[in-house]
Amino acid sequence: MSVNMNLNDDALQHETEPKGAIINGNKPIDQLEAANRFILAQAHEKMHDNRLWDLRKKRDAQMHLIPEWEELRQLASDIKEHTLEHLAYYLEIFEKNAKANGIHVYWAIDAEECNAIAIKIMKDHKTRTLVKSKSMLGEECGLRHAVEKEGIIVIETDLGERIQQLDNEDPSHVVVPAVHKSRTDVSRVFTKTLNAQAGNNDIHYLAETQRETNRPYILKAEAGMTGGNFLVAETGAVVVCTNEGNADLSANTPKLHIVTVGIEKVIPKLEHLAVFIRLLSRSALGSPITQYTSYFRGPRQQGGEMHVILVDNTRSTRLADKQFKAGLKCIRCGACMNTCPVFRRSGGLSYGSTYAGPIGLILSPGYNKHKFRNLPFASTLNGSCANVCPVKINIHEQIFTWRVVLAEKGELSFTKRVMMQAAGKILAHPSLYRAAISNADRALKYLPHFLVYNNLNTWGRQRDLPFTPKETFHSWYERNYMKKGKVHE
Amino acid sequence: MSNRDLILNRIRHACTVEYVELSSVPFFHQKNLDILDKFKKVFTEMGGEWLDKDLKNPLKAVNDKLASAKNICSVVSEVKGNYEITSQSSPNSLHDIDFAVVRASFGVAETGSICLTEKDLVVNTLGYLPQHLIVLLDPKEIVENLHDAYARPEWKIYHYAALHSGPSATADIEGVLIRGAQGVRSLSLLLF
Ligand code: SF4
Repeated sequence: MSVNMNLNDDALQHETEPKGAIINGNKPIDQLEAANRFILAQAHEKMHDNRLWDLRKKRDAQMHLIPEWEELRQLASDIKEHTLEHLAYYLEIFEKNAKANGIHVYWAIDAEECNAIAIKIMKDHKTRTLVKSKSMLGEECGLRHAVEKEGIIVIETDLGERIQQLDNEDPSHVVVPAVHKSRTDVSRVFTKTLNAQAGNNDIHYLAETQRETNRPYILKAEAGMTGGNFLVAETGAVVVCTNEGNADLSANTPKLHIVTVGIEKVIPKLEHLAVFIRLLSRSALGSPITQYTSYFRGPRQQGGEMHVILVDNTRSTRLADKQFKAGLKCIRCGACMNTCPVFRRSGGLSYGSTYAGPIGLILSPGYNKHKFRNLPFASTLNGSCANVCPVKINIHEQIFTWRVVLAEKGELSFTKRVMMQAAGKILAHPSLYRAAISNADRALKYLPHFLVYNNLNTWGRQRDLPFTPKETFHSWYERNYMKKGKVHE
Repeated sequence: MSNRDLILNRIRHACTVEYVELSSVPFFHQKNLDILDKFKKVFTEMGGEWLDKDLKNPLKAVNDKLASAKNICSVVSEVKGNYEITSQSSPNSLHDIDFAVVRASFGVAETGSICLTEKDLVVNTLGYLPQHLIVLLDPKEIVENLHDAYARPEWKIYHYAALHSGPSATADIEGVLIRGAQGVRSLSLLLF
């Protein structure tokens, strides 16, 4: 280790961990405010940036090993689009086959209903302890808190997720939930909650502490819960990917296995599963596959029970919205976050939403336009997210479209309203805009100045973009609009 | 109307495109690929321990590993253990096993994975609760890639099957790789 790295590491271990966005009921989240605090914690910001960029580089290395990579992405995109266009058909096939295998299938309109169904199943089985593997849908539904309120002990079994649970904090990343924490931050949490030795921030020790303290819960839990990465309609199976094997432990040790999963996760056949498994971990972590890719097609012998809750929670509404439907293709790999300059430098918790980073910018306002109205502005629109997305979601275009939609719905602050008027011409011609941003490099080159360097792109203002503007938005704006009296605000 | 019908109706309302069959996914086989070589390489990269076959005594490497172990549960006829389980054993009772020995249904060269079904494991937790896992694999049962893997019959026969690619691992703290996160601490493999 070089002297420099030692110094950096020393700074990191002594720096206070930056906390996420301030959440205040339905008030709009101020991502920029939280991001600024994250940046002030320089050592944390640097570690976070480096770790995620490292994942991005590993992803690229894996991609280069697969000659058919682009073909796989196209296939993945086509399969998802096809399935979403015939979602009812495939869900019914899934349900029929799952039931035939002995799985109980439930349908939940929203988060509340999902939680209520899960709680009822657990109570019917006299559950006192639930061991749970990481699930973004569970996060989205606030499932853990709802179950805990019923007096049931909930134990997250994924290391990162467990750290976040014990620290009373949401996961900051869909794949690596505690990526923003240093080993000292983790050590502090474990000292307080797991009786770990104070001051021992050895990573092996910390991981071992979690393993040893989780085991007894896994062995005695009456219920286990997992999410689902994919549902295979053809066989009625649920597929879960983990590196720790914690989904297999959670699902196979207790008698009862409950799955909560979004309806968009269904795919038609096993042959399609191969395409997604080839892409998922390579995109997420730059490894060829997760250590465990587990396939649950029915309850196990020894009197096991398997229950699957299919959750809508705004998905059917999004499906009907041609502009934002593509967000449903997401397989939650996190690649768009790892590549995003804003995410890397502001941390997942700054978004104040279950889904952070580029995918969060386009999903979150779909859940709550007002609360998440600032999120679509936390982007430089450089298009890198869309370039790495394994299912080819046009993320940056959707971010832009959200800005337009939020403007139309009156969800813009005063400054943003003024800016949007200036941007009106381009907005009025989506094809012009799309041509300009169809490719990441070209986007920055040809995007009209004011679209990149103005108060809309909260990030272009004060941070290092690849080049410096020759003219600030304000002077440009003044020259072109103020004098001509085109501002009515 | 039930929730089910409500959700399905909403979806049907949103979907207007006529059904066209998806074309089938190609197998993307590579020319001149040494499948065994590739399997060994990726298996090791994923953190698996490769056991070499002794010509005179093929199971020597396995028996050496087991020599000083206390609780050994073997569900393969070739290796003798001292810890018996049946398909009716309670899943959580397997926690004090040091070494489990199982035979995998097949291997996947592309990802260095082995497939363990509920039949291979006898009790599913045998793949996760023991401290270490030793796997036997017939070299004839290694397929080239995941397309081949998911074309296998196991997925339609069993209620549970998992691809294991190396041992349980995590890099959740500062990106430092730890083997043996929640499940087995090591995964070794002998072609036999
Ligand atoms: S939007 Fe694409 S890149 Fe981002 S998490 Fe989803 S699938 Fe991955």
